[in-house]
Amino acid sequence: MVTLPLSALNLKLVRDLWGMRGQSLAVAMVVAAGVAIYVMYQANLESLRDTQRAYYANQRFGDVFASLTRAPRTVADKIAGLPGVTAVEARVVARGSVTIEPHEPSATVVLVSIPVTRRPLVNDVLLRRGRWIEPERRAEILASDGFASARGLAPGDRVTALINGHRYRLTIVGTAISPEFVYTIPPGELVPDDRRFGVLWMNEQALASAMDMDGAFNDLSLRLAPRVSTSPTASAVDRLLAPYGGLGATPRALQLSHWFVDNELAQLRTFGLLLPSIFLLVGAFTLNVALTRALTLQRTQIAALKALGYGNAAIAWHYVKWALLIAAIGLAIGVSIGSWLGSALGGLYNDVFRFPELRFRVPLRVLIGAAVLTAGAAAAGAWSAVRRAVRVPPAEAMRPEGPARYRQGRLERTWAPHLAIASRMVLRHLMRRPLRALSSVAGIGLAVAVLMVGLVFISVIDRIVAMQFSRIERQDATVVLAEPRSSAAVHALARLPGVLAAEPERTVATRIRAGHHQRAVAVTGISRGSRLHRIVDHEGRDVPAPLSGLVLSRALADALGVSPGDHVMLEVLEGARPQRDAMVEQVVDDVFGVGAYMDMQTLHALMREGDVSTGAQLLVDPRQESALASALDARPIVAGRSFKRQVAQSFRDTMSANLNTTTLINLLFAATIAVGVVYNAARVSLSEHSRELASLRVLGFTRGEISAVLLGELAVLTVAALPVGWMLGYGLAWAMVQSVQSEVYRIPLYVSHRAVAWASIAIIAAAAASGLAVRRRLDRLDLVAVLKVEE
Amino acid sequence: MSTQAPVQRATVFDIQHLTKTYRVGELEVRALRDVTLALTAGEFVVLLGPSGSGKSTLLNIMGGLDVPTSGHVGYQGHDLATADESRLTAYRRRHVGFVFQFYNLIPSLTALENVQLVTEIATDPMPPGDALHVVGLDDRRDHFPAQLSGGEQQRVAIARAIAKRPTVLLCDEPTGALDVSTGIVVLEALERVNRELGTTTVVITHNAAIATMADRVIRLADGRVTANEPRTIKAAARELSW
Repeated sequence: MVTLPLSALNLKLVRDLWGMRGQSLAVAMVVAAGVAIYVMYQANLESLRDTQRAYYANQRFGDVFASLTRAPRTVADKIAGLPGVTAVEARVVARGSVTIEPHEPSATVVLVSIPVTRRPLVNDVLLRRGRWIEPERRAEILASDGFASARGLAPGDRVTALINGHRYRLTIVGTAISPEFVYTIPPGELVPDDRRFGVLWMNEQALASAMDMDGAFNDLSLRLAPRVSTSPTASAVDRLLAPYGGLGATPRALQLSHWFVDNELAQLRTFGLLLPSIFLLVGAFTLNVALTRALTLQRTQIAALKALGYGNAAIAWHYVKWALLIAAIGLAIGVSIGSWLGSALGGLYNDVFRFPELRFRVPLRVLIGAAVLTAGAAAAGAWSAVRRAVRVPPAEAMRPEGPARYRQGRLERTWAPHLAIASRMVLRHLMRRPLRALSSVAGIGLAVAVLMVGLVFISVIDRIVAMQFSRIERQDATVVLAEPRSSAAVHALARLPGVLAAEPERTVATRIRAGHHQRAVAVTGISRGSRLHRIVDHEGRDVPAPLSGLVLSRALADALGVSPGDHVMLEVLEGARPQRDAMVEQVVDDVFGVGAYMDMQTLHALMREGDVSTGAQLLVDPRQESALASALDARPIVAGRSFKRQVAQSFRDTMSANLNTTTLINLLFAATIAVGVVYNAARVSLSEHSRELASLRVLGFTRGEISAVLLGELAVLTVAALPVGWMLGYGLAWAMVQSVQSEVYRIPLYVSHRAVAWASIAIIAAAAASGLAVRRRLDRLDLVAVLKVEE
Repeated sequence: MSTQAPVQRATVFDIQHLTKTYRVGELEVRALRDVTLALTAGEFVVLLGPSGSGKSTLLNIMGGLDVPTSGHVGYQGHDLATADESRLTAYRRRHVGFVFQFYNLIPSLTALENVQLVTEIATDPMPPGDALHVVGLDDRRDHFPAQLSGGEQQRVAIARAIAKRPTVLLCDEPTGALDVSTGIVVLEALERVNRELGTTTVVITHNAAIATMADRVIRLADGRVTANEPRTIKAAARELSW
């Protein structure tokens, strides 16, 4: 006797699946798309979270951060004595610029002091290359790894740094990273740019003397014992630092780098569950459609199995295994594609986030999660199909099913007479199984939506760039002064090469309180009749500054829980630190940052000062931009400067690099779903109607004419899916935008016609391709064989 | 009953030395071997023979659903044996009406719409309602196939076949799935079509009783014509029993 490696029933399972391999693969691909997204997002989430946790712990990342004007080191000891504080690191932090080669554009840097005889107690620096600075060599520095590699700097290289108006020749002895600077963006900019911005760690004494800070500090971070809450400590720090120009303590949650990383993790968490769920739902529907049809064809076989003595449970399990096997194929494909895409996404994160080692791996947890989700979807998809097939009593199942039942509804009597016969067939096929048609529509609609979301993001970014850099920002360059100066300083800037016009800028560090909410924020003075510096909403409209009171950006108003007419407490953190009640006159819908604005004269009056500026906005002759950059760098009074053209370019480059990748991935997923759903619908329709279509051929209909019936059905499904997809896409885009909405970005949802059109065209093309693939089977329709047998 | 003497009528089918061989798996089946016969306009012909005798193959070739391996199939001066796919489609569309054992109606179309299916693409069709009237189904025109009995479904199929005013009506076991009384109603419909429209009608059956209503009976066995007998005395369908 021959022993089968598989039981007879399992052998049947394998052969039956092979018989419908095209369709099985189509369904498996839809499942695979869901699995791939799940694996891609969840594995990156886990990798990022684990890496972040270990990095923060190893490098003693701070819990509270504070900046101030200047305080003696004894103040830090007082803070170290606060309850719950386990470590304090007081340091000097400064802004400067660095020139590497004389003809190359200089870079903005943040200089952070580090102790030389011990490692920092908080925010320890992790050496990547080279060595730690030597105590006696004051000109040695560590450069941030990203900056060093972007500018081709290696240990041993020398740079010229401009600090507090003085030039220093410094030697890079090592490159390093720090948990404080996982994500770095140049001050006042939107995206990272490692070529133009870096961090330099410098000998504590050397930097202190360069900044006239001997025995003093202007920045502090601390660590808390486990389970100690940050806010009482932050308030205590604020009280202790207030006399020294404290600018308000920031909890870790609002620390810029950490905030960005956390925001990314939150997005991965949301979309890593939402998107796969939607995809797997479509997979379950597709599986249900395929299986329902396959089981109808197996009707007599089921009867025979029952006659042979197989019980309902055994037969049901046999067919559930069909579903599970298809799902398992989808799982395998999805895990491999997901791991591959996941490591590509991990690569993007490695470019953006500076972690010691962001090693992408797919943890077992994620694999188990994917398997459970997939099995769940498969079982859900199989359930109704299998139950229906198994429930039929054997004697009834032996007989063929009668002609499909159609009935003329009242609604139909109104439209049917106006349609050609073929169109009536198409519509009746669809209306006979409305749920199935709806699930196909939803599936194709999802494909449209997935693609649309990606394209919407491109149009949103384009719009932001267009708005921000051509309508909102009129200046070509922005200059930040090292300390408040009289307007004469700004007039001096106006005489520099290439400057066509200069307008003074006054910002004041404040804390705004409303009830129990508070935010540290810079209030900007707006001059009457200013041409460059204005309050502008996200549509580019000028918002006039009120004579008294504040204008707040939407994000700030929301964070403080205030609306126009409400009063807030304005605490100035500079100079005499006046405190004043102020009314919120207006809230403006803008795009970037947390802004607060006041009339310039009102601000001067509040500060009891004359014509003081903290910076300037310039109109610049583009041909003299580099000459101006050098001139600005040479002036000690200038702490920072940025040129709009460079900022815009870097923004565009960063965004397009990311968006190109994600759009391609979206396109792949969308096409997979569209092809899977449409191909499956076409195969099922062909299987159900092959007899009718053969009859039509016998009656003298041409291939083209019967194709119209089959493809017409797909066309109706696809056309019906487009508006569904648009709505779904709008909803998904809205959800995406909401999830990235923050105090840094407020992205306006802008759905361009282009995005909608391209998403629709791509999905129509995918649907047409899969329809045509099935259409080829019509040519092989065996007219005689089909008509001779009973269905 | 009709006893009129045979008059000289035009030849519709002129079939000579027809053979058809096809493969079933590993086997070569010779379905037709050197079949030669001619059918004239308006004849009611019954093809008799057991299963596997080649009668369906012959009918399919006459209907342009299949092509012979060799031989000549003349239809009104055209050779169907050498026609390509699109010419065969056009031939079926203009000249042939088919009736099958399992009706092959379109389930999603009502009786009337099933007939319209043909009248919409035919060059000189009769009004669809008239076709249903010929088979006595005026009151069932808005019913879907699932709402009709087997006999009614087969009559709709006949109405659909004749609505284009075909030259030939080819019926493959039209009563095979029906009981006697329903079968007779269907045969009456065929008889009426043949008489009133003068359509050349070929009916395949293995039911010898049906042969008594034919103008001519052709017997096939093992792919050959074993008898080709004109009949002068035709029984009416309603007189049949089996």
